[in-house]
Amino acid sequence: MHGVEYKVIVGLEIHVQLCTKSKMFCGCAVEFGAAPNSRVCPVCLGMPGVLPVMNKQAYEYAVLTALALDCRIAMFTKWDRKSYYYPDLPKNYQISQYDLPLGADGLIEIPLESGQTKKVGIIRAHLEEDAGKNLHTAGNYSQVDLNRTGTPLLEIVTEPDMNSGAEVRALAIELQRMVRFLGVSEADMQKGHMRFEPNINLAITKDGKEYRTPIVEVKNLNSFRALERSVNYEEQRQLDEFLDTGVTLEMGNKTTRGWDDEREATVLQREKEEAHDYRYFPEPDLVPVVLTEGWLDDIRLSLCELPLKRQMRYVREFQLSDYDAGVLTADRSISDFFEQALKTGAEPKRICNLLTQTGLKIAKEKSFGINELGIKPQSLARLAEMVDAGQISASSSVPVFEAMVQTGKEPEILAQELNLLQTSDAGELEKVIDHVLAENPNAVEDVISGGKKSKKARGFLLGQVMQKTKGQANPKVASEILAKKLG
Amino acid sequence: MEQLSANQLRDGIAAGRIRSLDATKAVFERIRKFEPTIGAYISTFEELALEKAADVDQRIAAGDPVGQLAGVPVAIKDNMCTTFGATTCASKILENFHAPYNATVVEKLLAADAVIVGKANMDEFAMGSSTENSGLKRTVNPWDTSRVPGGSSGGPAAAVAGRLCFAALGSDTGGSIRQPASFCGIVGLKPTYGRVSRYGLVAYGSSLDQIGPITQNVADTALMMNVIAGHDPADSTSIDETIAPVCDYLKKLDEPIEKLRVAIVPQFTAGADEQVQKALNEAIDLYMKLGAEVTEIDMPHLDYAIAAYYVIATAEASSNLARYDGVHYGHRTENPADYIEVYSKSRAEAFGEEVKRRIMLGTYALSSGYYDAYYLKALKVRNLIRSDFTEAFEKCDCIIMPVAPTTAFKIGEKVDDPLQMYLSDIYTIAVNLAGIPGISIPCELDENNLPVGLQILAPTFAEDKLLRIARMFEKETDWHKKKPDIEITNHD
Repeated sequence: MHGVEYKVIVGLEIHVQLCTKSKMFCGCAVEFGAAPNSRVCPVCLGMPGVLPVMNKQAYEYAVLTALALDCRIAMFTKWDRKSYYYPDLPKNYQISQYDLPLGADGLIEIPLESGQTKKVGIIRAHLEEDAGKNLHTAGNYSQVDLNRTGTPLLEIVTEPDMNSGAEVRALAIELQRMVRFLGVSEADMQKGHMRFEPNINLAITKDGKEYRTPIVEVKNLNSFRALERSVNYEEQRQLDEFLDTGVTLEMGNKTTRGWDDEREATVLQREKEEAHDYRYFPEPDLVPVVLTEGWLDDIRLSLCELPLKRQMRYVREFQLSDYDAGVLTADRSISDFFEQALKTGAEPKRICNLLTQTGLKIAKEKSFGINELGIKPQSLARLAEMVDAGQISASSSVPVFEAMVQTGKEPEILAQELNLLQTSDAGELEKVIDHVLAENPNAVEDVISGGKKSKKARGFLLGQVMQKTKGQANPKVASEILAKKLG
Repeated sequence: MEQLSANQLRDGIAAGRIRSLDATKAVFERIRKFEPTIGAYISTFEELALEKAADVDQRIAAGDPVGQLAGVPVAIKDNMCTTFGATTCASKILENFHAPYNATVVEKLLAADAVIVGKANMDEFAMGSSTENSGLKRTVNPWDTSRVPGGSSGGPAAAVAGRLCFAALGSDTGGSIRQPASFCGIVGLKPTYGRVSRYGLVAYGSSLDQIGPITQNVADTALMMNVIAGHDPADSTSIDETIAPVCDYLKKLDEPIEKLRVAIVPQFTAGADEQVQKALNEAIDLYMKLGAEVTEIDMPHLDYAIAAYYVIATAEASSNLARYDGVHYGHRTENPADYIEVYSKSRAEAFGEEVKRRIMLGTYALSSGYYDAYYLKALKVRNLIRSDFTEAFEKCDCIIMPVAPTTAFKIGEKVDDPLQMYLSDIYTIAVNLAGIPGISIPCELDENNLPVGLQILAPTFAEDKLLRIARMFEKETDWHKKKPDIEITNHD
């Protein structure tokens, strides 16, 4: 290993399924898990004589994502046919975009473990239709399920700007959060809503000379874990191979490998990248898409501050921890709820705690989204203010929050109904404290003497105050008055 | 009864003078008598047709509203999808294919209360100029049963000429409506690309295909257009009617165009047969007599139309026909070794020679490394041809020229020479490349008693004007009234 330095270079191709109600070019429902071939029509089945009609919503979702990726948006695009024969592709061509992608030259900012961020270039983003699925579970023959056929897919291709498995994973997660934030995809990995194909090779410096290893493409990864591990595995495998054989980019061919989850290894699929000729040509059944300024502006209205930016702003402006800021920005509805609550002027940290510790816990138990809890952000803000003002204790905020979810009542009313209001009125507390001091001369003596019993006695007296007020005294205010009176 | 035009029949039925049931029965009588000779139909629907006819009669008797084609027996080319009967495209690969939906034009015919008699023969997947490329049956020309009816809509044209229906729908990708109409002595219109929905028309060359009427006279074509023209949300390439409104094509049909400016392209059409030339010159004379101003123009790029067409059409076809693979429907080979063989053997077994030839041509033209030299170049030529027409129509209302260089040729005469066959579309192909409308009307019977067609071309969406110009000629002549005496022969 002496004299060898290397760096892994990864570019990523990502397919994101857009969450439109209907398919890309027909009216069939996009639905996961339906009975095979039950969400199909003559158009997506590729029957003779059918014609595609573009789903406008899909186009808008795709443009919105491209805007979020800082892409140059094409004001004129067209559709192309990409030809290849496969049983899950009923027309034996896929409608895609070839030389005029709807977005190009963008970038995505991803968080690094160091706390810094990194910008990864986006080469292009284009829209296409998904294929169906071949099922090989019927013994002697294969079956084809075409429910997925025609589902809108956004293909995003990054520059080879990533240099570790961790970075690749960070990009994938950031993109998932972004498309969810934008509301353009459920990005559910279990349902195959995001699929990844990394292109990996190494830049090696050996004895002062530069080498590049042959590029490997790993096909169809659909978990962050497999994505990261496949990159890490390739990093080591390619280094070993280079040291062993000296094969370089110039000598070797691009190969395609698959990921074997059980062996945790990539497996060779195609030795030579076959000279695929997809015979692209413009789809004559669809008219070109002309994006007007007005239409683009309408799409732009749905653009929001992106999650990573928001997360960083929460840390900077509200001194939230990176973790808390991450929880708040994992989901657009949570983040928007938080922002709405902030508008009342309540303390961000307090709102964050209530929202992340109590709100999300309740939501998770009920499998609800934050907006399904039936609480207005303003009500949550009032609860936060009550805690901050000492009207209720931090621990009392939990039962109040739960009661808010159950009854929909405002926190002030609930705190009263549940007898959780604290007394912070100094005058009233003083009376109670005077009473307690008079009733417990021994304890007062212990405190004043300052001996080892002093701390315990102080606690006892405060306990008596809490008891007398049935727990409704603000402990902070009470102990301040006690301290003043006992010197 | 069979001497009536579609308009006359429709009017008679609507007025209660004629029963659709009688007309429909008469059609099927003729089919029984002449179809074994002519071979126009791949399938007929006697029961369904009689049912529909009876229903129309009943509704008319009851005074209920009926559609524009109520009770009129019509035929459709077998490349338009129907939920009744098979939709074969005259191909073995779709011989038993039953579509799960109706083409938009079929829906429109049904909504107009037409009686659909049957689905007519064609060149396989509309690839051909003689209907000899049908994978399923042979159609002959009713004027001379030793000759071809033209193609690819040879079945619909033979059915109309043989009065085995009162009107028909064909499709035209490079002349497939106009040339058989010309060979069979009837009227055929290729509308502007986008005027009639293609939804449900089995695609050959998507950017060129257009459905249109094949009828006995110009008024019948106008009637059919009234039923089928218009925007269809299921066809993105059909034209928005706010941009190009559809009109009542019958309404002003008999009003001549005043100060008609006719253009001719002598250089381009010089290669036509003497008889065809003669017919054209007589037509020119007639228009002049009617007050038209006739000018000679030059359209320099028309000579490249055939070359451009055979790149674009075959490229699109190679992709459009990729779906016939034996996997989801249609012919599948027996005992394939693997899924690749399902494709290769199914296709090798069921596609005919001409279809295979065009798929190979198109695949080649789209291959990487050749795309720019062929497909892209052809698109450029197409644009030049378009501008030729745009410029021409700045100076004239219409262009007239022959439909084909010859009248109907003998069966078998050109089957072994595809290039010769391709050249029979020389005058029709540019129209599809330009997307403009073109009509073929009968203008002569040659010395062999074979019909000669006159082709009239107009700017995009000027079908109303085009039909009126055609009607000006028709009114002064009686070529459209000539009917063939069908000589019954025994085919095997």
